[in-house]
Amino acid sequence: MVRYIIRRILFLIPTLLLVSFFVFAIINAAPGDPAQLALGEGATAEAVEAKRIELGLDKPFLVQYLTWLKDIVFHFDFGNSYRSNISVSYQITQYFPNTLKLAGLSVLLGVLIGVPIGIIAAVKQYSVFDNIVMSFAMLGMSVPAFVLALSMILLFSIHLQWLPSSGFSTFSQMIMPVVALGMQPCAICARMTRSSMLEVIRLDYIRTVRAKGQKEFKVIVNHALKNAVLPILTTIGLQFGALIGGAFVTETIFLIPGFGRLLVTAVTNRDYPLVMGGVLCVAMVVALTNLVIDIAYAFVDPRVKAAFKSSSSSFLAHMKMKKSLKNMEQSNAR
Amino acid sequence: MENSTILEIKDLSVSYTSSNKEIKAVRGLDLAIRQGETLGLVGETGAGKTTTALSVLRILPEVSSSIKSGEIMFEGRDILTLSRKEMREIRGRDIAMIFQDPMTSLDPVMTVGRQIEEMISLHTDCDKKELRSRAEAMLEVVGIRKDRFDDYPHQFSGGMKQRVGIAIALSCNPKLLIADEPTTALDVTIQAQVLNLMNQLKEKYRTAMILITHDLGVVAEICSSVAIMYAGQIVEYGSIEQIYGNHMHPYTEGLFDSIPDIEEEKSELKVIDGLPPDPSALPAGCSFSPRCPYATDRCGESCPDDVQVEPGHIVKCILAGKK
Repeated sequence: MVRYIIRRILFLIPTLLLVSFFVFAIINAAPGDPAQLALGEGATAEAVEAKRIELGLDKPFLVQYLTWLKDIVFHFDFGNSYRSNISVSYQITQYFPNTLKLAGLSVLLGVLIGVPIGIIAAVKQYSVFDNIVMSFAMLGMSVPAFVLALSMILLFSIHLQWLPSSGFSTFSQMIMPVVALGMQPCAICARMTRSSMLEVIRLDYIRTVRAKGQKEFKVIVNHALKNAVLPILTTIGLQFGALIGGAFVTETIFLIPGFGRLLVTAVTNRDYPLVMGGVLCVAMVVALTNLVIDIAYAFVDPRVKAAFKSSSSSFLAHMKMKKSLKNMEQSNAR
Repeated sequence: MENSTILEIKDLSVSYTSSNKEIKAVRGLDLAIRQGETLGLVGETGAGKTTTALSVLRILPEVSSSIKSGEIMFEGRDILTLSRKEMREIRGRDIAMIFQDPMTSLDPVMTVGRQIEEMISLHTDCDKKELRSRAEAMLEVVGIRKDRFDDYPHQFSGGMKQRVGIAIALSCNPKLLIADEPTTALDVTIQAQVLNLMNQLKEKYRTAMILITHDLGVVAEICSSVAIMYAGQIVEYGSIEQIYGNHMHPYTEGLFDSIPDIEEEKSELKVIDGLPPDPSALPAGCSFSPRCPYATDRCGESCPDDVQVEPGHIVKCILAGKK
């Protein structure tokens, strides 16, 4: 198991290298001269030329890329922002925790509410509860987070004056952003849990457990849920990854100093070092999330663990399993 | 209490509902089984054998099926009127079941040892240590080394999984064991092993058993009485000697005729013409009449009554005893 985890961590390296290369190449191909941008419109040609040399833009592309990469790997230095001249890594450490907290709490809320709802809906399939809750889940998936966010501000901040409409440091400030951002993961978790449970609940081994005289609650939780949990885990991981980069609108509405806002501002300002550093950071978190989910698979399902143990074919088998899971999800989503 | 009746099914009818059609899976079935007896329940796929078994444990799918009428008396109590809690206590402790397909009948994410322990813990007050030693003992009873306790079902072969299924079913010494085609999914050599094992354990624990199968050879090996099912009804019922020596229902005759004879040189197997009837649209009168070589006009008019042709030998056919 430990060997598997180490190997998976090693697999992260080429993934991240590839991401870094693409990010760097795309930003480099973008129109506009970074030196000109850094100095502003009024700068003289000599000043721009001097800036180009200072930033190393006169060197060949590959050399630039490797220098950039070397600073990141050895010094955690992504360069300085063109606009503010503050180091990118400092800005990341300032803004990233807020977004991590926001995305983490939102997904947590979604899981805590969505999974139990999905289980009950599956157990009582076609009941009134199932129909109502699944209609709401459909609604929750189709209403964008900002609509909910603005409605909540209107109701709770302006009319009722119960909750503050901005910020993200106290508990009461966190309630609305987390609910707004957590609604979609909650709806998706509920639907995924329901369909995954429905597949398991009719299987022979569930009947075997009933024939033992086990209580219905334990039949569902100890046996059905444990078998249905893999696609749910995948969903949770995907949702978390999506929120890390996708919380921008919610962050803007609630004036949260978060990573999404930092990145979008960096893009509009053409603050390339910040964009590159930010995207690379998001990629890293998404990759790590996937890793955690993959490891969680092995703890839940012994068959996955067995596939890890056999060394040579394990990676292929794993990929195959992931693929089949993905197919399952797609068919479920339909 | 030797040889007293422990399970008696009276006039049981079970239906499934599928796209607003009523599918009559079991129709007015009567069965009785005594302590230590082994009853073979024989019939084609779809004859209602498994439905009967699931009714006894009350684990039919709740949404799509319903028990229309009848009583299932187990030790003097009607199972169908018990509360859920009382029923849970009977499941596993008094009546246990071995399922048809060992490949899918064990929880894939729980060790086999834990699955045996679960059964024991539900019906006894053992502490953890005792639980484990009892579960390990059950593994050894069915011929699996106890060091495989912490293995998962996918690490076992089909035959071994079925042994685990047997270990689970027998772990609380049930009074009645229902084995639903326990060997159908296994290859022939493993079949013999599993059957022998079940036979030995049945003798050892003096358990009554209902063996559901479509294999008359298996029945001959371990059963003391036989019920032949067709389209949700028992068409012939009797001791093993009565059924094998003197079967009277045309369907039973057809079943026995379709067993290939090694002595005879024939290129084709003898089969019963036609197919079992659609359970949502059963023929009027005797449900076997459309396929019956002896059918007369009267057969299509009304469902034949049970005829007792000799003590304990019952045939559902108007021709019984007249041929």
